[in-house]
Amino acid sequence: MPDIEQAAHRLAEIIKTHHADYIEARLEKSRSTYIKYRGKELESIGKTSSAGGNVRALIKGGWGFVSFNSLDDLSERVALAVKQAELAGGEKSELAPVEPVVDKVLTEADSNPAAISLEKKKLLLDEYNDIIWAVPKIQTSNISYGDSCKKSVFLSSSGSYIEQERADVTLRLVAVATEGSDIQQVGLSLGSRGDFGKVTGLHQQVEEMSRNAVGLLSAPQVKGKEYSVVLDPVLAGVFVHEAFGHLSEADFVYENKRLGEIMTLGREFGSPELNIVDTATIPGLRGSYRYDDEGVPATKTYLISEGKLVGRLHSRETAAKMKEKPTGNARAVSYRYPPIVRMTNTFIEPGTATFGDLIGDIKEGLYVKNWYGGTTSMEMFTFSSGEAYRIRNGKIAEQLRPVTLTGNVFKTLKNIDGIGNDLDMNQGGGCGKDGQMPLPVSNGSPHIRIRHCLVGGG
Amino acid sequence: MENVLAQAKKAAEAAEVFRVTAEETPVQFEANRLKHIQSKQSSYTALRIIKNGRIGYAISTGAIDVPELVSTAVETAEFGIKTGFELPPPTPYPEIKVLDPAVSSVSLDKMVGLGEEMIAAVRGYNREILCQAEVNKEITSVRIINSRGGEVNYKQSTFALGIEGHLIRDTDMLFVGESASSCHPISETRSITDVVLRQLELARNQALLEGKRMPVIFTPSGVASAIIPPLMAAFNGKIVLEGASPIGNRIGEPVFDSKLSLRDDPTVDYRPESRPADDEGIPSRYTPLIEEGEIANFIYDLQTAALAGTRSTGNGTRNSSGMLAPAPTSFIITPGKTTFEEMVNDIKEGLVIEYLMGAAQGNILSGDFSGNVLLGYKIENGKIVGRVKDTMVSGNVYHLLKEITAVGSDAKWEGGSIYTPSLYCPVVSVAVKK
Repeated sequence: MPDIEQAAHRLAEIIKTHHADYIEARLEKSRSTYIKYRGKELESIGKTSSAGGNVRALIKGGWGFVSFNSLDDLSERVALAVKQAELAGGEKSELAPVEPVVDKVLTEADSNPAAISLEKKKLLLDEYNDIIWAVPKIQTSNISYGDSCKKSVFLSSSGSYIEQERADVTLRLVAVATEGSDIQQVGLSLGSRGDFGKVTGLHQQVEEMSRNAVGLLSAPQVKGKEYSVVLDPVLAGVFVHEAFGHLSEADFVYENKRLGEIMTLGREFGSPELNIVDTATIPGLRGSYRYDDEGVPATKTYLISEGKLVGRLHSRETAAKMKEKPTGNARAVSYRYPPIVRMTNTFIEPGTATFGDLIGDIKEGLYVKNWYGGTTSMEMFTFSSGEAYRIRNGKIAEQLRPVTLTGNVFKTLKNIDGIGNDLDMNQGGGCGKDGQMPLPVSNGSPHIRIRHCLVGGG
Repeated sequence: MENVLAQAKKAAEAAEVFRVTAEETPVQFEANRLKHIQSKQSSYTALRIIKNGRIGYAISTGAIDVPELVSTAVETAEFGIKTGFELPPPTPYPEIKVLDPAVSSVSLDKMVGLGEEMIAAVRGYNREILCQAEVNKEITSVRIINSRGGEVNYKQSTFALGIEGHLIRDTDMLFVGESASSCHPISETRSITDVVLRQLELARNQALLEGKRMPVIFTPSGVASAIIPPLMAAFNGKIVLEGASPIGNRIGEPVFDSKLSLRDDPTVDYRPESRPADDEGIPSRYTPLIEEGEIANFIYDLQTAALAGTRSTGNGTRNSSGMLAPAPTSFIITPGKTTFEEMVNDIKEGLVIEYLMGAAQGNILSGDFSGNVLLGYKIENGKIVGRVKDTMVSGNVYHLLKEITAVGSDAKWEGGSIYTPSLYCPVVSVAVKK
């Protein structure tokens, strides 16, 4: 592997010779493993090693950005970034001040997936695949395992020099069941910040997933209309990420006056029971880190407190332009991209309701669990469940086909009228924005109840 | 590369080295102003070997450590899938034009100018619109060599323009946008901004729609967002092989309306998804998928074709981590004769869908789709009367495309890899929030 520390020292010297409002560089090297099964057979197994870096320069509000795989010609790369920034600039550079940091953050030895043999990883996946296939009517399975260990060096013209290591493990399993021309599937997504143990011992969950896929074959579709819905913590986590998390990313707001007016701090978005948090400071979660990709220390940010908008997620630039404090949320999916404002671990804080309280007074509604995906246009969002059940007279009734739910952020958060006492974090997601995906994040929530939620039918 | 191949041949029965290098220059505008100029240089080398009849993979970006690359491929081959194919020998390739040297000489100033021109045109309609725009040029070089002497070499240029407009009134948000790409430089922005201006005009008023079953016209971008993703899965040879495609055993059967024809085509000159060979050196060709409603073919790479007892269709494609799988190149739906206006005129009460958000995030294997109409218009008595909101559309593409009232004559490229006209479907389920 190339020596990125040595290249970083060279870059630190080169940067000193240039005039710009600000220059930073990020170098990375990583190793990753992937194992994929399609059906009974292993489809592919491979390893990737990657190294590269970037330089970003700011002049009069314009950014130049140069990314590269080859660590030669570093002087020319810096010069190009500065030249591009000059061409792009025409106003005033604004960056929220942060203290320069010199630090080294290494991963713990017990969370290094690279230390586990390919054979052991494959044996585990073989066990899961056998469980899926033991269920009758299963047509095929998909298993996708990946792990990576990354080391990065960040340095800036203000004197920061930060080395960080991180490891990541993801596992996605899908069982596909068929009957005649009908095809149904159920998936399970998991992940961890490098701890392989978190994807072991799932045998019972894998079997349930497989049985659920078969169950869907005889499940009816719901009629598209408004329902009272109760979301499990996994789907509610996707909901909070899509429905509100993205809207609180300040890069959507900072140069958009109209949106700024809508997103005024203090605006009421939900009931006084509603609290939404984003934080990268909880150890062991996939969205966690010590410093973001601009060298800013991670923080805990309340986005909604007692139903009111109280904060948002910032990069140094958005914080300065909105005259707020940086929150350490500038992240890049890899050295090929500049950092942009992103979520980390986003969740609704637990309330007091039991599951029985939430479904108890619903005459006709839906209990939706697990996820396929979600997306947002800020005002409108959609997210889709992996499973759905009818709620009839306060009780969980028959299984239904999965549903897609949609809503308007300004109305839907107000329609949350029940928050459970059982917070759970989902570690299996990856977030996409501006072509940068999948970024490791986690989201979570207790069970929640939403009234008048629009559901697409068949 | 030659060195990698030579070392790999010593360790395995067969070997293939794939290398791609790219230089990309995106120029980005935010909030109506030039914000970012970027330059991205990247390369990766992928080694695939066959050892004891099993496949091993190793991929490295940047500088290559040859012994490490080879030993990693050998390590993974121990667990790898059994191969059923041979790498291609030296073969003639079709002449497909994908390089215009003029792309690399387009100056940054020119690119900045194109972005400014697009933003000025859209803001000329309404000063309140906030625009994001991107102008991008890219040159890619691909080289493949294998132990049977097979070799592919080509360079490709891509030029792309795109603009998104965002209009907020109170808490109501409207998104409009259009993009275009080519292997030629694009110097004319009017055809892009005219599409955006038309969207703004049609969305000027809001219209109330009642939730029920009604006729729907999917515009080209509506087809791309709602209908194409399930088809891309269903025609993938890998999904067919697993028995997870609802049309997998229906070759020759009339599954769709006879007005519908679809092909996968990497041979169209100067399209960014075109190429003379696929990523494992199989010559490019076009593959009919739906011929007048009948299922004609599926798409394959070498390994999937071998397992299915058929031949590769030249659709072997490497994903971002270098792994091979069958994937579509350009999906082309044959245009019909009905104009968009004729379709609208034919509808008493209905919906035009420009973009269905979230449609591809459900159980696409079954063909089901369901999404929020992010941009769509109500039709009343043969006229578009305004934009709809809080509207959800769901259905199943196999039911939907069984009977199409008309296929449009208005085909255009969407997102670089889909060429489609508008499709007029007689009955679609629509739900509306009151």
